[in-house]
Parts: sequence; structure tokens; C-alpha cells
Amino acid sequence: MKSFNEHTFSRRQFVKLGGGSAVALVLAGCASGGGSSTSSDSSASDSSSSAASIKPGFITLHDENSTYDLNFINAAKEACQELGISEDTYMLKTNVPEGQECYNAAAELADAGCNIIFADSFGHEDYMIQAAKEFPDIQFCHSTGTKAHTEGLDNYHNAFASIYEGRYLAGVAAGMKLNEMIDSGKITADQAKMGYVGAYTYAEVISGYTSFYLGAKSVCPSVTMEVTFTGSWYDETAEKEGATKLINDGCVLISQHADSMGAPTACENAGVPDVSYNGSTQDACPNTYIISSRINWVPYYKYAIQAVMDGSTIDTDWTGNLSTGSVELTDLNTSVAADGTQDKLDEVKSKLEDGSLHVFDTSTFTVKGAKLDSYEADVDTDPNYTPDTEVVSDGYFHESEYRSAPYFDVQIDGIELLDTAF
Amino acid sequence: MIHISKRKEMPLSQSMAIRGLSIVLALVICGVITTILTGLNPIDVYATFFSGAFGSARKIWILLQEIAILLCVSLALTPAFKMKFWNLGGEGQVLMGALATAACMILLGDKIPNGLLIACMVVSSIVAGAVWGLIPALFKAKWNTNETLFTLMMNYVATQLVAYFIIVWEVPKGSGKIGIINQSTEAGWLPQIGDYKYLLNIILVAIITVLMYIYLKYTKHGYEISVVGESTNTARYVGINVPKVIIRTMLLSGAICGFAGLLLVGGTDHTLTTTIANGRGFTGVMVAWLAKFNPFSMIASSFLLVFMERGASEISTIYALNQSFADILTGIILFFIIGSEFFITYKVNFTKKSEEVEKADV
Repeated sequence: MKSFNEHTFSRRQFVKLGGGSAVALVLAGCASGGGSSTSSDSSASDSSSSAASIKPGFITLHDENSTYDLNFINAAKEACQELGISEDTYMLKTNVPEGQECYNAAAELADAGCNIIFADSFGHEDYMIQAAKEFPDIQFCHSTGTKAHTEGLDNYHNAFASIYEGRYLAGVAAGMKLNEMIDSGKITADQAKMGYVGAYTYAEVISGYTSFYLGAKSVCPSVTMEVTFTGSWYDETAEKEGATKLINDGCVLISQHADSMGAPTACENAGVPDVSYNGSTQDACPNTYIISSRINWVPYYKYAIQAVMDGSTIDTDWTGNLSTGSVELTDLNTSVAADGTQDKLDEVKSKLEDGSLHVFDTSTFTVKGAKLDSYEADVDTDPNYTPDTEVVSDGYFHESEYRSAPYFDVQIDGIELLDTAF
Repeated sequence: MIHISKRKEMPLSQSMAIRGLSIVLALVICGVITTILTGLNPIDVYATFFSGAFGSARKIWILLQEIAILLCVSLALTPAFKMKFWNLGGEGQVLMGALATAACMILLGDKIPNGLLIACMVVSSIVAGAVWGLIPALFKAKWNTNETLFTLMMNYVATQLVAYFIIVWEVPKGSGKIGIINQSTEAGWLPQIGDYKYLLNIILVAIITVLMYIYLKYTKHGYEISVVGESTNTARYVGINVPKVIIRTMLLSGAICGFAGLLLVGGTDHTLTTTIANGRGFTGVMVAWLAKFNPFSMIASSFLLVFMERGASEISTIYALNQSFADILTGIILFFIIGSEFFITYKVNFTKKSEEVEKADV
């Protein structure tokens, strides 16, 4: 559209433009000495040979304007700072699409001397693998991908975090809020229905909303949930409309797995409590925001970079959790949350950390009325989605153990999917 | 008073001098803005700009590949624009070519011999692009609908179609991504010449450039396009079948766009996304206009745009500036270049008040 506009100048506008540069041309006559500065030199040979010869490179899908990428960019900066890697050492390539451009960006970073390269978006994975095959001496670390454990490359790694534990805790806070509403007579126990705005019917999203629901159910047994999908990871309008639809449908509390301010804004406008994602939305939604969960990538970045500095190997699949500091809850809004939420969260958190509580404990949910005793998940990615790994044992679904990226894609009772086109 | 009149014909040396001057001027302004806003030395920034485009063999190959694809789309749009048919649907036509290519690779990969598969991809991508160009052309030729809006709307339809098929073919389920198609078998991947990933694309587009030059300049079709573009009444008067020319030209325009989609999916990316055309359908319009529809000049104008894009992204990487800053610099440079075309085409006269002001030819 940009260039479209540029070509619909009327001639009159064109004349005006020309008139402006007439003056400028005269000025240029005086100032033209400079000439066009040509390619001189260096720029690649910056002073990197300080500490070790570590040089991380980071590839992100968008830039700071996207909350998703901002989370990665901030983590990259923080990790480098904590490891004493100076600002002109590490390299950051933003706005890299999920296509050949990603391979090119990774190869350029390798050419520039990077010895460990990170990418942040799911669609970057195949191009990172392509680059990893070409540069066997350089480590390639990909967040959210699924293929490291099947590719068998020494220098290609996946990472994720047990964000389902964060979602579960956020769900506990939501359930506490529902209980408060029931106790105050605002709603009946049967009306405790939550709404959830998801992006795609992707395992990561399913794992997210299911753990959120189970968290709420652990404190408010009568809770049900409706889920709608937008078909985009970032679509402010669709997310806002989705949240509004759920609210009109009788949902008394909303959460979301999508990156824009759409759902929180809709909640603030309607006065419906919201559990946010990827960081606090308290400033914009002071009257409805309860709590938010997010992945903190600093621990992984530090771990992987440190491994290269020490010459040790990086895990093929690395899953951060509450104990590593990779899963965080941010800013409980005490003016909206129910009383005693923080104490309850601390209690549940310590149980999750010591392993006495499992999010996907099969005794806490049913699938089509029956207990889930066995489930083959599609852990090894293939075009036919072939189930290949038994993931239920010891009474719980082992999420993010057979690979770092989530693979929980079971539809459990109590959650109604309104649309599954995406 | 100032009045403006159209120039007759400017000697090449003079017009090149104006263009050169405008670029120098643009660089000076960019330098001033850079220093004010960021405190960086503008000379360093320019050096980074150049190293972003030419800094290594790989960067030069990427530069050439990007030029080739942009040039291909621009060449596709040229006959339509020369005919004054405002084809803003390049984006959608490329996407349809890409979709057809990906469909062949996914559905027929490993089922038929690779040579036959590639032949299917070539034919289907060209047909898909051509059909996407044909639809608005038919409506224009039969009912004189507004092709600007029509082609623009067709882009959205194409984007949604691609989005739909991505969900059909996504791996893993629900991810909304296809990933690299046939990564292990490389079925349907266009052959690589030696060690050079992008050489085949570059050669193919070079051939199209020459053919397009010949087509526009030396064939009857090319002549008819020029006449229809100048005046449809004249065209009708001399016995040119205007609807036929419109339809034929848009078939060609769409077909080459579809071919660009083939180069993107079969040649380099080996995946399908809704953003794979990356705005080239629109940028190509600028490339074609800047070069006044001369295919060889379009090499220069597409070079200029790709060079600035590559340089700009290098600046944002090296100096940790937001991409928007690089876009500001690109915008300034483009502004001056387009402005210089004004001075080449028109003459500015400063006259005394008393003199009668001629009606400017604008």
C-alpha cells in the first residue's frame, strides 16, 4: 500500500515537491564537497576479542514493537550484560521473516564471527537447521521448535519452558477470583464460566489453556471454559472481538494466548477480570487485570552462551521451569485479585517445584467422561501428525519431557471449543 | 513568480548530473539527520550501508538474488503499466504462483519423477498467476470496471486462499506453518547451479529482462501496448482491438508474476507463507516507474531499492537502531530521486511579476 500511495500523486502535488527541492538544490551546490562516501573499511572487525572470543547472534521475527519479540530482545540484552559481553560484541537481527531470509541472516551472522546463534520464532526452525548443517562448528539454538531431537545434529538445539506451570498458577488466581464472585453472590457456582482467546489449535495453545483451566478447577470445581481462536499470533482486532464475544456469551473471566492488547482492552471496557500473558497489562487495565504469566528467556540464553564459553555441550532440548526462573508470574494486582491469592500461589508453586503436584495429573480431569490412562502424542514432527510416544505414566501426562516444546493436545471435558477453523 | 513548463529533451549528461546531484544531496540530508537523531558519524553509517550490501561474497549473492526477484515482479508489471492498466495485483499474482508451486511440491512430491514435477510446477505457477491477472482484465475489457480497485482486492483474496491452504498443509498440526517442503528429499526444488544457491534465479530473470525488452520495443504486441497506453481512442482508430490487447497483456503480466512465485517457492524459500511476496508487487510498481518502463533501466532501479533495503537492515543490526530509522533514510533518498525526475522532465522559470504568466504545462 505504501508504494501504491506514492504513485497516486497528482501532478500538482509533484510540482510542490519539486518546488521544495529547488531550494535544496541550490544549497547542495554549496555543500556538495562531501561526495558519496564509499565503502571504506572495517565495521566487521569490531573489538570483540576481549573476554573469551564469544560472540552471540540473535534473530527475531519482528522488532521491539512486538511484545513477543521484545521479551526475547530484552532477555538477550540482559543475558549478555550479566555475562559481561559488551554491546558491540553481540549482534541482533530484527524483522527476519520465516523464510530463506532466516537462513541468510543466520549465515551472515556466522560470517560475522558469531559462534552461537539464536532464533525466536517457530517458523525459523527449518532455516536454522539448514544453516546448522552448513556451519557445524557454530551452535544454533532455536526457541519453540520441535525438531532438534529428531534431526540428530550436534550443533542444533531446541528450548522452551514449562509455561504450563505458569498458566496453572495463573489459573489458580483466576479460580480464587471466581470463588470470590460466587461467595459474594455475584454469580452462582454454575455460572463460573471462563473465556479464553487462543491463536491456533496448536499444542502450545492447547497445553496453555488446559493448564490454565486445571489451575482454576483446582480451587473452583464447578468452573467451565469456552475457547475461541483467532488464526493469528497477533491480531488486535480479532482478539478484541473474540474476548467481547466470550463476554457476551456469559464468560465472567477472560484469559488469552495471543500477543496483542486486544483481549485485555475488551475486558477493561466491559469490566470483566482478565488474566494476561507475556507481561503485566496493569497500566492499561488497572480495574480488571489480575496477574500474568510469561517465559523469561534470560536463564536459557545465559546457560547456552556460558556452555559455548566453557566448551561444554548444550542440551538438545532444554526446558526451563519455575526453579530455573524461566517461568514467571508478574505483578499480582491486589486490588482486583481475591484476598489470599498470593499465599495460595506460593503454596501451589512450592508443590509444583518439589514435584508433589503435577499440572496434568490424570486424576483431575476426564476425556469424554473417562480417565486418560494412556496417550500417544506426536512428539516427532511429521506431515501426517503420527502419534509416536506414550506420554502418560505414573498418573500424569509428561508434558515437555520428551522434547522441550509442548505436545499436550488432548481435548478435556469442561472446555468447549467454539470454533476450530484454525 | 515561478512557473513550470515541460522540457523538450534533456541531454543525457545533464540528466545524469541532476540525478547524481540529488543523491549527493539526499546523502547530505541523511547525514545531518543521522547526526542530530543518533549522534553517530554519518560517514560510518554510510560505510555500514555499503558493507550491508557488498560486505562479503554471501551478501553480494543475496543482493543479486533480491534484485532478481524484485526485477522479475517489476518486469511482470511493466507491460500492464505501459498500457496504463494499473495492475496493483502483483502481490496476489505472485502469491497464486507460489501457491500453485507449493501445491505441486506437496501433493506430487515423490509421486512422479522430479523433472516432470518441476515441469508441473512451472506450468501451474504460470497459469495460476495468469488467471489471477486475467480476471480483472476480463472485467475491464467487457465492462470497463476500475482495475485499480479490482486488482487490489484480488490481493486479499489470494492472501486468504494461501492462508487457508497453509492450515490444510501445516506441520505440526495447529502451528499455522508449513516449514520447508520436502526438506529431506528436495523433491521439486529447482536445481542448484554448482555451489551457487541463487544463480539459477538470477540467470532466468536476466533472460526475462532481455525478452521483455525485445517484446516491448520490437514486436507488434509491444507497439500495440504503447498505443493503447497513449490513447485508447487512437488505438481504436488505427484498428487495434483494445479489449484483446488488455486481456493478452494482463495474461502476460500475471504469468510472469506467477513465475516469480515459482522462483520464490521452488528456487529459494521452499515454503509458503502469506508474506512470501513481501510487498514486491507494490515495490515493483516503483521500480518500473523510476525506470520509465525500460527493462534495462529497471535493473538499476531495482538495484537501488534492494541496495537501500539491505544497507538499511545492516544499519539497524550494527548500530542497534530500530528498523524504522533505516526506513527514514530510505524514504529521504527516494524522495530526492523522485524529485530529481521532476527537474529532468520540467523546467522551473523565474519570471517578473509584470510579465504575462504562461499557463504551465502541468
